Amino acid sequence: MKQFNQHLAKHTLAYKVGLHTLLLLPLLYMVLAVTSQSWGGDPVQAIIHFLAETALHVLILTLLLAQLSRRYRLPALLKFRRMIGLYVAFYALAHVLAYWLLELGLSLQLFITELAKRPYIWLGMLCFVVLLALSLTSFRSIQSKLGKRWLQLHGLLFPTALLVIWHYWWSLKSGWQEPALYLVLVVALLLWKRLQVQRWLLSFRS
Amino acid sequence: MFIKKNRPWEEPELAVTPEHIYKERRSLLKSMGFLGAGTLLAQSAPANAFLFGGGDDQASFVRQPLQFDDIPPEHKDGLTPESKAISHNNFYEFGTAKNDPAENAQGFKVEPWTLRIDGLVDKPLTLDYDDLFARPLEQRIYRLRCVEAWSMVIPWVGFSLSDILAQASPKSDAKYVAFETLYDPEQMPGQKSRRIGGGIDYPYVEGLRLDEAMHPLTMLAVGMYGTTLPPQNGAPIRLVVPWKYGFKSIKSIVRIRLTDRQPTTTWNLLAPHEYGFYANVNPAVDHPRWTQATERRIDDSGLLGRTRIPTEPFNGYGHLVANLYKGMDLTKFY
Repeated sequence: MKQFNQHLAKHTLAYKVGLHTLLLLPLLYMVLAVTSQSWGGDPVQAIIHFLAETALHVLILTLLLAQLSRRYRLPALLKFRRMIGLYVAFYALAHVLAYWLLELGLSLQLFITELAKRPYIWLGMLCFVVLLALSLTSFRSIQSKLGKRWLQLHGLLFPTALLVIWHYWWSLKSGWQEPALYLVLVVALLLWKRLQVQRWLLSFRS
Repeated sequence: MFIKKNRPWEEPELAVTPEHIYKERRSLLKSMGFLGAGTLLAQSAPANAFLFGGGDDQASFVRQPLQFDDIPPEHKDGLTPESKAISHNNFYEFGTAKNDPAENAQGFKVEPWTLRIDGLVDKPLTLDYDDLFARPLEQRIYRLRCVEAWSMVIPWVGFSLSDILAQASPKSDAKYVAFETLYDPEQMPGQKSRRIGGGIDYPYVEGLRLDEAMHPLTMLAVGMYGTTLPPQNGAPIRLVVPWKYGFKSIKSIVRIRLTDRQPTTTWNLLAPHEYGFYANVNPAVDHPRWTQATERRIDDSGLLGRTRIPTEPFNGYGHLVANLYKGMDLTKFY
């Protein structure tokens, strides 16, 4: 493991390039699916859903990454955490934009009224705002300036992981199996990280 | 004698590309490594099938041309391109994604078929596949408004439901009509697996009040765009009620039963606060989770070229059907 960590640390740039490629692949997949009409004659719903699902997958990846680095003593892994986290926000932003552009025809008025009226969209928006806040405060300079507050803020990823699944389940017309699957996955992950979660919760005490 | 007059938007019959030539062209394009007009990225057919599954190289369902009379439409709407109307479907029996039915239903068997009309009738009927096409057919261009706030304009081919109901001669105590889709988990993967089928209890059932069922707008369609229905759109026979949300227009019907009680309906059973028995298109009553005031019309414009249009009460058929609901509070009976 120590050797692997050294290897990672030495080749950080190469791994970053690889990760960028990997994390952009879903976007390429989507473009291919749409242009080949594999998602049918009107892929609006498919696009919106796919972007959200990708954001969730990457979110799960960030939670996993920190835990792997801790569990297997691979501090070099943490160098990739910020980058992967930013991809969560990137796909979440693409999801929101696709909804506004493709579903609502870029009508600002409709976007605002729907946002105001629909609880499942409030919830999605709340998660999006958290992801945005985490992205904007992800710079090292801000991190050291905020200190403990930074950790408190970034711990919001734990509840957000659960809330996006609630948003997913709420948005469905029927069925619950797929959100339930994600819920099991995320809960298992949070249990594995329970020390971190506990520490985060306790940080609000004093 | 019937003389067919082309409306301005209609291409003359001669201009229609024969299906086999259209298909040859597609396979030719594919073998050259291109797919579809306007594709930016060259793709090979095998790669496509590997990435996304399906593809139209697999044996696709064969549709037959139909003879029919043309009925002038109520509205001057542009038609939804056929390619979109047959590749964007809600038919959870074949999967919940919009492209699932077109991918999973191509092997669906419509022959033999049995449609029973029974219940409170004097003359129960049993129709086989050929009987479905035995009466004079009409082409009617109707709007289809999905409860999900997208819409299409589709030329259906079929006949009034009232024709066949009258033939069965309903008893005087019949007040409602109940419909049922085929139940065949071997052919319909969504009926076999709750995950694929969106957690719905099958068979899918729908219902109408008798006066709604007898209304001349209400039709049983056996075709669209001049040929028999593809399975993803409800072959061999489906209901079309243009002033109600699309989920009322039940597909692949095997039974029509007259009854004195309001029948249970699938979506109402699943989420009664979201989907009512009546489900008339109504811009004034929102779905709890989205607006019904406007809709996204799926027409020939591209993905980015669409704007939402206002939804009309009763989908624009109010002058013909509003009197059916006189005195009813439509916010209560949604």
